[in-house]
Amino acid sequence: MSARPAQPDPIRLVGLTLGYDRHPAVHHLDGTVRAGDLLALVGPNGAGKSTLLKGMAGEIRCLDGRIERAGAIAYMPQADEIDRSFPLSVLDLAGMGLWRRAGAWRSLNRHRAAIEAALATVGLEGFEARPVGTLSGGQFRRALFARLILQDCPVVLLDEPFTGIDARTVEDLLALLRRWHGEGRTVVAALHDLGQVQAHFPTTLLLARAPVSWGPTARVLTPENLARARALSEAWDEDAAICAGPRASGGHAHDHGAHAPGDHHHHEDAA
Amino acid sequence: MIEPFASLVAPFVEFGFMRRALAGCLALSVSAPPVGVFLTLRRMSLMSDAMSHAILPGAAAGFLVAGLSLPAMTLGGLVAGLAVALLAGAVTRATVVREDANLAAFYLISLAGGVLLVSLRGSQIDLMHFLFGSVLALDDAALMLLGGISTLTLAALAVIYRPLVMECVDPLFLRTVSRGGGPVHLAFLALVVVNLVGGFQALGTLLAVGLMLLPAVAARFWARDLGGLIPVSMLIAAIASVAGLSLSYRFDLPSGPAIVLAAGALYVASMLAGPRDGLLRRLARPRHLEA
Repeated sequence: MSARPAQPDPIRLVGLTLGYDRHPAVHHLDGTVRAGDLLALVGPNGAGKSTLLKGMAGEIRCLDGRIERAGAIAYMPQADEIDRSFPLSVLDLAGMGLWRRAGAWRSLNRHRAAIEAALATVGLEGFEARPVGTLSGGQFRRALFARLILQDCPVVLLDEPFTGIDARTVEDLLALLRRWHGEGRTVVAALHDLGQVQAHFPTTLLLARAPVSWGPTARVLTPENLARARALSEAWDEDAAICAGPRASGGHAHDHGAHAPGDHHHHEDAA
Repeated sequence: MIEPFASLVAPFVEFGFMRRALAGCLALSVSAPPVGVFLTLRRMSLMSDAMSHAILPGAAAGFLVAGLSLPAMTLGGLVAGLAVALLAGAVTRATVVREDANLAAFYLISLAGGVLLVSLRGSQIDLMHFLFGSVLALDDAALMLLGGISTLTLAALAVIYRPLVMECVDPLFLRTVSRGGGPVHLAFLALVVVNLVGGFQALGTLLAVGLMLLPAVAARFWARDLGGLIPVSMLIAAIASVAGLSLSYRFDLPSGPAIVLAAGALYVASMLAGPRDGLLRRLARPRHLEA
């Protein structure tokens, strides 16, 4: 667990459009997640936060544009596909994080101390032998965080990691994020609690399918931006026309600077 | 005490074909139940039933070409079963249709083809042989096959155990750390097919599933984690094999169904008396622990 200074940008988004069934959920997004960023993804429901994280994790294909990724990325989805009825102990669940080091065959016994330390970090000491099915929702989240710790990835993507979790646990987990930030890791988290974002996240991307604003949190989370995000994220148009904006191959470069949505492309169907 | 034990052992001491049957069933008892444990944990119990039908056309084709030839029918069954498993898996990964629906589609096609092939040539007796197996007529080749399948299954499970567990528990996580998820899943489906083909030698297609699933389900009432479930399921399968064969000898019953019914009886007994969530334990509600 060492700091990783002066790394290449871990994630670059180039003219990125992600979506389902040709309907964009993230629309014409350009930008760079820099090494060491602690970035909050903010936006109303349906703004494309989860879709963007899935795309960054490589779970879905881009409709247009591309995502350039450097290095290993750990990803914690919002709705995990984990089968909690499977007879697995908390120790084994957390130990899955060691895959890169232990692979399919090497024993986890050598790493037992590391697993126990990770569980202790998230406040689950003494839970090692418990079946995962007996954990509460919050405890289960903690166990997943222990697995993330063991993954030891330079880039961590979190999709609403604190939903349904009590205040003390959230404090503990935020402390963990700050520790990762201090170690030079890149953390991207989709969040709804704006107070949390303002208190802990230096940079924010405000998303409403199209990017509303991306930059220092104080500059992004203004009342005007938030109102625009709300207005933009409405309405799924079943008969949306084909987007007439430029294809991503044109590669119009944007930087972090806040830019208004639609200032770089326009829709034919301005209905 | 001596008397029932002697009558249990006597047929195996006396008759070579009974010893062969026992050896074959015990080989199957250590390989099929662990596969069944994973199937039940993945909620794919009924998938093995579908696969057992999917094997039929291959075995029938082998039978049509070479008669009652073990290698031909085994090869045909393996090809048909693997084809259905791989096609269903591939279509599932390429489209939005779920795996159970794809399996249902492919196994129905396969089964209909099999019935057609069987009816083209062959009498009712041949069909009965297909469906109920011939555990009392295992020759050397069949025993070698069962032993080979058993060895292969245990070795393969040892190799893919950790990724297979991860694939069962959290497939998305496995996808993010490794590309092995797909191959592991297909390898597991192949093990299901191989064991069903082995079981169809001993027990017939309809009952091959029995020795795979009944012990696995029964084990859930005795053990909590995989380290317990797998050995318990093997033990239950072995007991069912011995009991089923003895009963079939003593009362002149068809051996395949006798073995599966013995496994079924063990399942019912486990469900009633098992220490983990058995029905009788539920009735006895013990005083709860301190918070």
